[in-house]
Formats: sequence, C-alpha cells, structure tokens
Amino acid sequence: MKWFFCLIAFFCFFPASAAVTMAEQMRSDGRIYVVIAVMLTILFGIVLYLYRMDRKLSRLEKLDQKN
Amino acid sequence: MSNAPRYMYRSWWKITGILLLIYTFTAGLLGSVPKLPLLQETIRNLYFHVCMWFGMMILFTVSVVQAILYLRKMDRKHDLASRHYAGTGILFGLLGYSTGSIWAAYTWADPNVPFAESFSTIARDPKLIGAAISLLVYFAYLVLRDSIADIDRRARISAVYNIFAYVILFPAIWILPRVLESLHPGQDGNPALDVKNDISPSMRMVFYPAVIGWTLLGVWISTIRIRIELLNEQKRTT
Repeated sequence: MKWFFCLIAFFCFFPASAAVTMAEQMRSDGRIYVVIAVMLTILFGIVLYLYRMDRKLSRLEKLDQKN
Repeated sequence: MSNAPRYMYRSWWKITGILLLIYTFTAGLLGSVPKLPLLQETIRNLYFHVCMWFGMMILFTVSVVQAILYLRKMDRKHDLASRHYAGTGILFGLLGYSTGSIWAAYTWADPNVPFAESFSTIARDPKLIGAAISLLVYFAYLVLRDSIADIDRRARISAVYNIFAYVILFPAIWILPRVLESLHPGQDGNPALDVKNDISPSMRMVFYPAVIGWTLLGVWISTIRIRIELLNEQKRTT
C-alpha cells in the first residue's frame, strides 16, 4: 500500500518540479498528451478491475469443482 | 473450471481487446483527422461515441442469437448468456446516449439562442427518439425477466421478448431516422461502413480497431457476469 501512496504523491507533485524545465513532451501540442495519459489511466483502472474480478472468479470456480 | 463455455477462459481475446483500446486512445487523439467546420476536434468522438453504438448492436445481436439458441436447445447457459449480453448492450447504449448528448450540446446547439430552445429542437430529433425507444424496450426486457419467478418460464418468455426487442431495434434506430429529417449524421448509405466516400482513410484505420476493442471489452464484462451467475446457480442447487 505504501508504494501506492508514494506513486500518488509523485504524480501530485510532478507538475511543480516540471515547471522549471520548458517544452516538455507533456506540455507540447496543446497538452493533448495529458488527456491521453488521463484516458489511459482510466482504461488501465477498468482493465485491472476486470482482470482481478476474472482471477477471483476463476479461483472460486476451481474451489467449487473440488467440493 | 466450471461448466461455463471454454472461450470465457481464454485470455488472447481479452489481451487483444486491451491492446486495441490502448491503440484507440493514443492514435485516436494523435492521428490526423479531416478539418471540418463546427466539428473541429470533436470528430474524434467517432472512436468513442459511435463505437458505443456499434458495440451495443453487436452485443444485442449476440444476445438475440443466444435467445434463439435457448429456444432451440432449452439450455440454461444460453438463457444466461442472452440476459447478460443484453445487459452489457444496454450499458453501452446508455454510454452512447450520454456521450452523444454532450457532443450535441457543443455542435448542434445554437449558442445564440437560449439553451432551453435549442434543446427542445435537439430533443425532437428522430434518431434520439428512436434510440430512446429501443433502450426503453430493452429496459422492459429486464423488468419483464425479473418479474417472473419460475426459472423455465422466465427463460422462455424473456427469450421470445428478446427477439421482439431486437426486431423493434431496427425500425427505431435504422429506418425511422432515415425516413424523417434528422440532424444526426449517417442517414443515407452505410454510415461509417461505406469505404468509398464516408469516413477518411486515416480515421478508418482507428475506427475499425476501436469498434473491435470496445466490443471485446463488452464481451469480457458479459462473460464475467455470466460466470458469476453460473457459479451462483451451482451453489444454490448443491
């Protein structure tokens, strides 16, 4: 869990540290890459959720077969 | 492994769906699109809004095929599949409807007249009404299904109703909006499927993979729900 909060903290403070260096990829092209990052994050969240549900279900099905 | 169909445990199509969606999200925003007045960058909604409706059509088609299979073989598995593919289809339809309303608010609505006035003209659009009718018909499917307690009667009646709902879908979203005047694009020919003079080649390269990717995601969600239901039934009978 700790690494997860570290990751969130990293993303929260990321813009502040990036403000010094100019013309970064994430700040070019009308910052469209930021939108892509946000959308991919949501996609990965949903996929991770489905994957975990799939795994859990497979485990339950195996358990069911043994009994 | 329980008695769910084999394909539900294969991971290659799930991975394919995820990869296609990643491609959609990146190429969909970065790829070149025709510069059109009014639409501007919102043309990229083709990869998201339109894909919801394509996905819905495919899922409803799977649902009706499973309903017919149930009526032929009387196998509970087909009944459950029919129910849950329809459920995911409804989810996609609702998402298509709400994304469409956002898109219309910024392209169809006239900024010079009060919002309520332009809303009243948009809300009368035949394509929107048709989509609303077909979704309501499918809501009724869920209500009808859950109101019957006897398992076999429920399966049979809802399978028959599913066929009727699918038949109503076609005039409601494909025929009526073409007969009447509609703001919604794609009223003649084969919208988004006409290779010669519909969408531009660069957009087609993203649109077709996007449809497949979104549909596979819908299938994945459906299979999980079917497996839960099968497991649930097994627990109850043993």
